[in-house]
Order: sequence, then structure tokens, then C-alpha cells
Amino acid sequence: MFQMLTIGGAKRHERIARMNQLAPGGIPLKIEGVSKIFPGRTGVVEALRPVDVEVQAGEFVCLLGPSGCGKSTLLSIIAGLESATEGVVLADERIVRSPGTDRVLLFQEAALFPWLDVQHNVEFGLRQAGIPGKERTATAQRFIELVHLKGFERSYVHQLSGGMRQRVAIARALAIDPAILLMDEPFGALDALTRDRLHTELESIWASTRKTVLFVTHNVREAVALGDRVLVFSPRPGRIVREFRIDLPRPRSLENHLLVDQAAEIMSVLQDAMSTQEQEEANGKIN
Amino acid sequence: MAKSISVFTKSEGVSSITQSALVRRIVFYVLLVLLWQVIAIMGIWPDYLFPGPIAVFNALVNGFLTGNFLQASLLSLQRLAIGYGISLVIGVTLGLFLGRSRLLEQTLGSLVLGLQALPSVCWLPLAILWLGLTDQAIIFVVVMGALFSITLGVDAGVKNTPPIYLKAARNLGAHGIALSAQVILPAALPAILNGLKQGWSFAWRSLMAGELLFFTISLGNLLNTGRDLNDASQIVAVMLLIIAIGVAIDSLIFSPIERRVRERWGLGTS
Repeated sequence: MFQMLTIGGAKRHERIARMNQLAPGGIPLKIEGVSKIFPGRTGVVEALRPVDVEVQAGEFVCLLGPSGCGKSTLLSIIAGLESATEGVVLADERIVRSPGTDRVLLFQEAALFPWLDVQHNVEFGLRQAGIPGKERTATAQRFIELVHLKGFERSYVHQLSGGMRQRVAIARALAIDPAILLMDEPFGALDALTRDRLHTELESIWASTRKTVLFVTHNVREAVALGDRVLVFSPRPGRIVREFRIDLPRPRSLENHLLVDQAAEIMSVLQDAMSTQEQEEANGKIN
Repeated sequence: MAKSISVFTKSEGVSSITQSALVRRIVFYVLLVLLWQVIAIMGIWPDYLFPGPIAVFNALVNGFLTGNFLQASLLSLQRLAIGYGISLVIGVTLGLFLGRSRLLEQTLGSLVLGLQALPSVCWLPLAILWLGLTDQAIIFVVVMGALFSITLGVDAGVKNTPPIYLKAARNLGAHGIALSAQVILPAALPAILNGLKQGWSFAWRSLMAGELLFFTISLGNLLNTGRDLNDASQIVAVMLLIIAIGVAIDSLIFSPIERRVRERWGLGTS
């Protein structure tokens, strides 16, 4: 049912209006043989080896890997901001060709607009969808409250802490009611305390909205704390080396020893992948 | 959660000068005027070539009493406003296109850069040939003065728009004119303001140069009549008036806007 909704403004409007009564869940996502090759200075750079992933509607999947393993590139491709060299992304069975408000990307730098206050940042996407002013204000207000920023509507970005900025970014993304949240190390620049709190908040928002979430991180414990599944990426060129299903009960605590054990196991897989990679690189140089 | 964050009090009094600096400044100008008076009294040059401060002050008062100075200022400001307004509309549009299109940048962009190197008063002879000794000719020169600075300012601003804003905006459903008006322009505003400021000062300079040749009562023309009448005190009085207007426009229009933008964009005050 969602495939048509991103096309016309009226339909999008309808969908956002409906969301005000009942938040719909996420949509399934299929990544088929997606690869990415950049033209570099010294020839081509292979950022991403063909990747296949299937994500269920409402699933929380973490993409874990070292920096530069192409996982951010993969998110950009899913968001429609970059094109894949090969392969396709299917969002709810529909091929992704351009950005769409059914998939919203959140960045490590919250990417808020400094010329708008919190209220208008959150309203931005609604305004693009042609939602009338009053409804926009009300919707934005709801999401500002959801991320616990009531009272900061008139603040500008430079007046907010890093954690608050990410909260605004989350509210701004949720306000247009995407079916898929693509999160590119959104909490990577935050201190540990703030990050933990935002994990809890994100988990509860996800639990109540059942959006599909793809969460990129290089933090193993973060991945284990949040994901239903963790996909471990090798260093560049990125490819998935292992997949872990995390069946720990929610809400999860970072202190839980089961979680710690699981994280340790994943960490060792990740380290293996990285040393293999170094080996290969060393061999490659001989060739 | 903690709501103890955020700094709302910023830069109070940072831009306004401190009291001691003000005192120093006043003392400096008083000494300068005194020195001027002393040199004038010494009578090295005749009065009509080197008027003292009192003569200039009298010319200034006189100019306002006869209504000449006010009339001249209003006419000059009107020309400035029209010319600058036209430059603003064309320059912002042109700059947006240049910043967004590589083809235009490589072709038209190089032309704009070249024309920017030409002092706009060089357009005056051509303008007079085409349009006669009319207001349009002067306004044309003013436009030529401001247009390219504004265009290049917008162009630079657009090109340096942090790509992440564009990504975020496209991701949230912005495209086309909405993307330009609601994201690119505001993101580029700090750089655009620089272009606007430079454009205004070029416009003001070309206006004064152009008006020297004209017969209607305007600021530049008053300078010229002062010369015709051998009245150096009028010339100096008008020069002071021109300085005052320039400083006023800078400090009443551009500085506050710039300060607000820098504050809101979180760029700090400089």
C-alpha cells in the first residue's frame, strides 16, 4: 500500500494525516546485489562488494563495521541520495531510484538547518509535503514532545547540545512519518551518557512506532543493544562477513552479561575480518 | 531531562565599543579638528582652497537650511535604492544559476568575473551615449557597480553550501524552487551578505562618480558646483555628508543584519 504514497503530494498528505491517528509500522526492504565503485585518483575504488540483505517490516537491523567499510554508502544508496553501481534496492517491493519520504536518513552531524528554530526544523518536511500551517505546528509539537524537547521550540541549533540536536533530527525525521529510518552513526559524536539515554529513547520510539530501522555503527555494544540483527561488515571493500541474531529481551541494559558476551563474540569476528583484510592487502601489494 | 543547557545571552555589548575606546576616539577627532583649525589659521593656502572647520560647518548648516543638501541626499539615495534593488534581483538570480550549473559557471561565470574587474564608472560614457544625461544612465552605472559583486557573492555562497544540508533537505522531500529558496539561499546567506555589502559599497562609489557629471541637484553634483563656485567649504561639507551617509547605511542596515545572521548561524561575532 505504501508504494504509491510517495508520489503525489495529496497522497503523501493523506498518509501523514492518517498517521496522526495511528502510526503505521515499517515496510520491508530488500537489497539485491548492491555494489558501489567510485572513480578515485589512483583508479577505481571499490567501496562496496555486492551486498544482499533482506529486512523485514519493523525490524531493527544494525550494520556494524570499521570506518570506511561502505556501510554509510549503502545507507545513502537506500536513501536514494546515491546510486548503486550495480544491484537494486526494493523498498516495499518498489525499486528505489530517488530520495523519498518513506525512507529518511539521519546523519552523524544532525544536519539541522541553523537558520530555522527547533519548531521550524521539525516542520520542514511537513512543509515540503504541503501540510497546512496549523496541522504542521500541531504535528511538530507532538514530535518535539516525543523527544523530550518541549520548551525548546524557539531555540536555534547553536544553542543546543549535541544530544539535543540529534533529538531534533529524530523528531524532524519522524514528523514526515517515514516507514524506514536510516541512521548513519547518529550518536557517534555524543558522550557515552547521552548516547545511552538516546538508545533508550530510540528503542522506545521504535517499539511504539514499529518502523523499520537500519542503524550504522562501529560500536559493537551499541549494535547489540539496539539490533534485532547485527550484520558485520569487513573493511573496504565492504561486504557482510557474518550475521548475528540478537534475541535478548528488551529493553536491554548495556550491563546485562548476556549482552556483554554477545558483544565480545561479535567483536572477535570483527577483529578477524579486519586482520584478514590486512593480510589480503599485504598480498595484494605483492601482486 | 536536564534543561539547564543552552546559552541565550550572547555577545551583549561585544559589538558596541567599550567606554574607554569611545573616549579615545572622541579625543582623537577633537585633536584632528583642532589641528585642522590651526593649519587653516596659519593661512598657508587661501581660504577658498583650504577652508577651516568653522567655514565647513557653516557651509554644512547653510546647505541644510537652503534645503539643497536634503534634496541632493534624497535624490542620490533614491538612485542608489533603485540601482541596488535592480542589482539585487538580477544578481541573486544570476548567482543562483551560476552556483548550480557548471556550464553557466564556465561560460557566463568567466564573463562576470571579467566585468567585475572593470570599475563601473567606465560604463558611464557608454551609458550617456545610449541613454543621454538621464537618471537611467546613472542607475545603469550603479547597477553595473553592484551587480557583479552580488552575483559572485551568491555564486560563492551557493557553491559552498554544506552538501549535508542539501542531502537532508532532499531527503525530507525538498526539491526545485523550494530547495533553492528554503535551503540553498539561507544556507548561503552569510557568504551572500558579503557580496551584498561589497555590492553596496561599489554602487555607492559609482553613483558618486557618475553624479559628478550631472546637472540635477545630487550629492556628486554638489561637489562639482562647489568646484565651479570656487567654494571648497561646500565641497568638504558635501564630502562629510557623503561619509556620514555611507557610515549610516553600513551601521544601520548591513551591520545589524550581519550580526543577526552570524549569531543565528552560530558563527560567533567577528
